[in-house]
Amino acid sequence: MNSLYRTLLFVPGNNPGQMVKADIYGADCVIFDLEDAVSIHEKDAARDLVKHYLTDLRPETCRVGVRINAQDTPYYEEDVRSMVSVKPDFLRLPKSETAENIRQLDKLITECEKACGIEAGSVKIIATIETALGVYNAYQIASASPRMIAIGLGAEDFRTDMRMTRSEDGQEILFARNLISLAAHAAGVMPLDYVYSNFKNEEGFIADVRFGKMLGFTGKSVIHPSQVPLVHQVFTPSDEELEHAKKVVAAYEEAMAKASGVVALDGKMIDMPIVVRAQNTLEYAKASGKEL
Amino acid sequence: MLNPSLLNEINQIPGFENKKAFAGAFAAKPNGRMAARPIKFVTPGTNKKFSLDYILDAVGLKDGMTISFHHCLRNGDAVMLYVIDAIAKKGIRDLTLAVSSLSAVQDCLLPYFEQGVITAIDTSGNRGKLGAYVQQGKLKKPAIYRTHGGRARAIETGELHINVAFIAAPCCDKYGNINGVQGKSACGSLGYAMPDAEYADFVVAVTDGYTETALDYVSIPQTQVDYITEVDSIGDPAGIATGSIRVSKSPAELVISKYAADVIAATEYFRDGMVFQFGSGGMAIATASFIREKMLQDSIVASAGVGGVSGFHVQMLNEGLIKTFYDPQDFDVTAIQSLGTNPRHHEISASAYANPFSANPYVNMLDFAVLSATEIDVDFNVNVLTDSYGKLLGAPGGHPDAAAGAKLTVITMPLLRNRLPMLLDHVSTIVTPGESIDILVTEYGIAVNPRRQDVTDMLRGKALPIKSMEELKAKADKLTGKATPVEFSGKLCGLVEYRDGTIIDVIHQI
Repeated sequence: MNSLYRTLLFVPGNNPGQMVKADIYGADCVIFDLEDAVSIHEKDAARDLVKHYLTDLRPETCRVGVRINAQDTPYYEEDVRSMVSVKPDFLRLPKSETAENIRQLDKLITECEKACGIEAGSVKIIATIETALGVYNAYQIASASPRMIAIGLGAEDFRTDMRMTRSEDGQEILFARNLISLAAHAAGVMPLDYVYSNFKNEEGFIADVRFGKMLGFTGKSVIHPSQVPLVHQVFTPSDEELEHAKKVVAAYEEAMAKASGVVALDGKMIDMPIVVRAQNTLEYAKASGKEL
Repeated sequence: MLNPSLLNEINQIPGFENKKAFAGAFAAKPNGRMAARPIKFVTPGTNKKFSLDYILDAVGLKDGMTISFHHCLRNGDAVMLYVIDAIAKKGIRDLTLAVSSLSAVQDCLLPYFEQGVITAIDTSGNRGKLGAYVQQGKLKKPAIYRTHGGRARAIETGELHINVAFIAAPCCDKYGNINGVQGKSACGSLGYAMPDAEYADFVVAVTDGYTETALDYVSIPQTQVDYITEVDSIGDPAGIATGSIRVSKSPAELVISKYAADVIAATEYFRDGMVFQFGSGGMAIATASFIREKMLQDSIVASAGVGGVSGFHVQMLNEGLIKTFYDPQDFDVTAIQSLGTNPRHHEISASAYANPFSANPYVNMLDFAVLSATEIDVDFNVNVLTDSYGKLLGAPGGHPDAAAGAKLTVITMPLLRNRLPMLLDHVSTIVTPGESIDILVTEYGIAVNPRRQDVTDMLRGKALPIKSMEELKAKADKLTGKATPVEFSGKLCGLVEYRDGTIIDVIHQI
C-alpha cells in the first residue's frame, strides 16, 4: 500500500456486488458510501453490510474510509458508532461548514474509540465542504482537529448553495477550488479535488484532473472505476521529471552526507522547496509502479 | 483423469469400443493412413441443381446414416431445420447429426429428436433445449463433444464417416463452387465445412445465392460438390453476423483485460514477428485493444493472427499491426468483407487450423493465445462446456487446440460470477487439460502454472499482481464461501473428447 491519496473511489455501501470488487481497480483509497448512494429505507442495512465487510473482507491493498451521513440527519450518530468499531482509516463527513462540526465528530470518535478499545486517534477525518459557509471557513475546518487529513469540495451542493450556473469546464467553482487547495496546504492537510460526475467524458475528465493538479490538489474523489487509472496517469511523473528528481535528491543526500549547507546540481544552487518537490515526485513515481 | 470403470462403460457402447482415456496433450502417436475419399465422376455439362426432395432420393439417404452441417451461420442458421424437416417427411429415422456446433436457434430441431429422426449427436457444443434433451439421457447413445481440430481429425481419419454433408452456401455457382463472402446471407469463412466437403460420400450445397456465373472467390470447389439446391433464405443475417465490435464496458473485465495484456507484454512471446490468437468476446477484444496499444508503443508488428475474426482483428490487419491472418471463422460484417477483399486475409479449414494429426496445424504457430473459461481448477484444468451445475452451455470449440498449440496460453476469467466462485478444486467438466494452460488472469490477480517455471522467471520483478492458484482460490472462497461440489448422477449422456480422440471427461444426466 502506498502512502498517497491520489484516488478515493466511492462505492455504494448497499451494493455487495460492487463492494467485493472495490479493491480491484487500484484506487489508493475506497470510500463506502452510507450517504447519498443509500436511500433512507436502507440506511441501517447498508451500515450492517459495510460493518461486516470491514470485519471479514477488508482489503489489504488500499485504504478504506466511510462516508457517513451529515450531522443534521438522524443517521449520523449511529453511523459513527458502528463504523468506528470496525476501525476504518477515516470517516468522511459531508456538509462540513464550521470547525465545530469537526470538533463534535472528533469528540464522538474519541468516545467510540475508547469504548471499543481502539488506540486513540486511529480513525482520521476527511471533511467535504459543500456550502458557501463551508468554503468561507475552509481553513478553520481543515485545522479543527489533529484527526484531519484532508478536505474536499462537494461541487454539486456548492453550486446549488451559491445559485451558480453550471458550466462544462467548471469555471464557476474555480475560486472555491483555489480556496480549498490554499486552506488545505495552509493547515497541512491534503486538498482533494471534486467528483467529476460525467464519467463517460474521458477527455474532459483528464483535462479537469490536470487542471486540479496544477491548482495544488494532491488527489481526486472518483465515482467510477474507469476514472482511477486516468487520475494515476496524470499524477505519474514523466521519465524526464523522474530523472531530474532523482538527480536533485541524490545531490541533496550527498550534500547532507558531507554536512554541506549548499546543495548544487549542474552548477546551479538548489533550494529546499525544489528538494521537497523532487521527493514528492519520487513518491508519486513509486506509487505509479515506476522503477526508481 | 477418467475413471477406468467409466472407460469400460464407454467401451461397451457401439461405436465407442476403441475409445481410450486422455493420457496427455501429446501422448497420441498416430500412424496409418487417412480415410479413403469417394471417387466422384460427372460428364461435362451435368446439371447439379435439383429440389431437395430429389436429392435426398439421389444420395440414397437411409435410416441409421450420418448427416452433417456446419455452424458458420451461427444463430441465424435456417438450413438444418429445412433439411431435417424434409428428411423427416420422407420417413427416414435414426440419423446421427454431425455438426461443427449447435446454437440456440437449433432448439427448433427438438421435435425431430423426439420423433426419432435424430438419435445421436456428434458436435462441438449444444445448449438450450437440445442440451437439456441430451442431459435427460434421451439419445440412443451419449453425445460426443469434439474440439474443432478433433472433429477435423475424426472426419479425416474415418472415425466420423459422413454419408451426406449439407453445406449452407451463401453463394454457389452452377458448377458447384461455393463461397461465404458473397450473397445476402454472407457468413465469411467456411472453414468448418471444408473437412465435410472433402470427405463426405455426398456433398449438397444449400444456397440462397445461386448464380449462373462462375465465382472468382472459391472456398469449397466444384470438384467436391455433388448437388445444389436453391432456397429462398439460408438464414437470418442478424443472427449470422453481428453489426459492430463489442468491447467490454465492464470495469472488472477491463481490469482483467489490462492485466492480461500487461502479463503477455512482460514475457518473451511479445515480440516483433509474433503470432497470436484472441477470441471475439468483449473481454478478448478489450485485451486485444490493450495489446494493440503496447504494439504501437513498442513499434511491434505481428507476423500473423490465427483463429476467428472480428472487426477489431481486421482493424489491426489494416493498420499493418498484423501482417497476415489465417481465418477459419468470421463473426461480423467487417470481417466477412475483409475476407472477400484483403489478400492478406486467408480462409483456412478447421483441419488446417487445428487438426492435431497433420504435419503442422496453424495453432502450432501461436506464440500466445488469449482464451476464456467458464471454470478453472487448482490444477489449471479448464471447463468451457458446462456451467457450475454441470449443465451444457458452451462448446470446446478451438479452446483445447489453441491451448495445446500456443507457447503461452492465457486464460482471462472473472474469479466470481454473481455469487459463485469460478476457481474450484475440480471443474464440473474438464475440456482443456491444465498442462496446456500457462497463466490465469482474474480481477484479483494473476497465477502462473507451476509447470512453467520459465514464465515465472520472465515475470519476476515486473509490477504485476502475481499470486499462487491457492491464494486466488482462498480469496474466492473467502468472498463466496466454499462451493459445495455438484453431485452428478451415474448416467452417462455425453463424452468430452480431447483433440486426439481420447476421452478427457464425460457429461452426466441432470
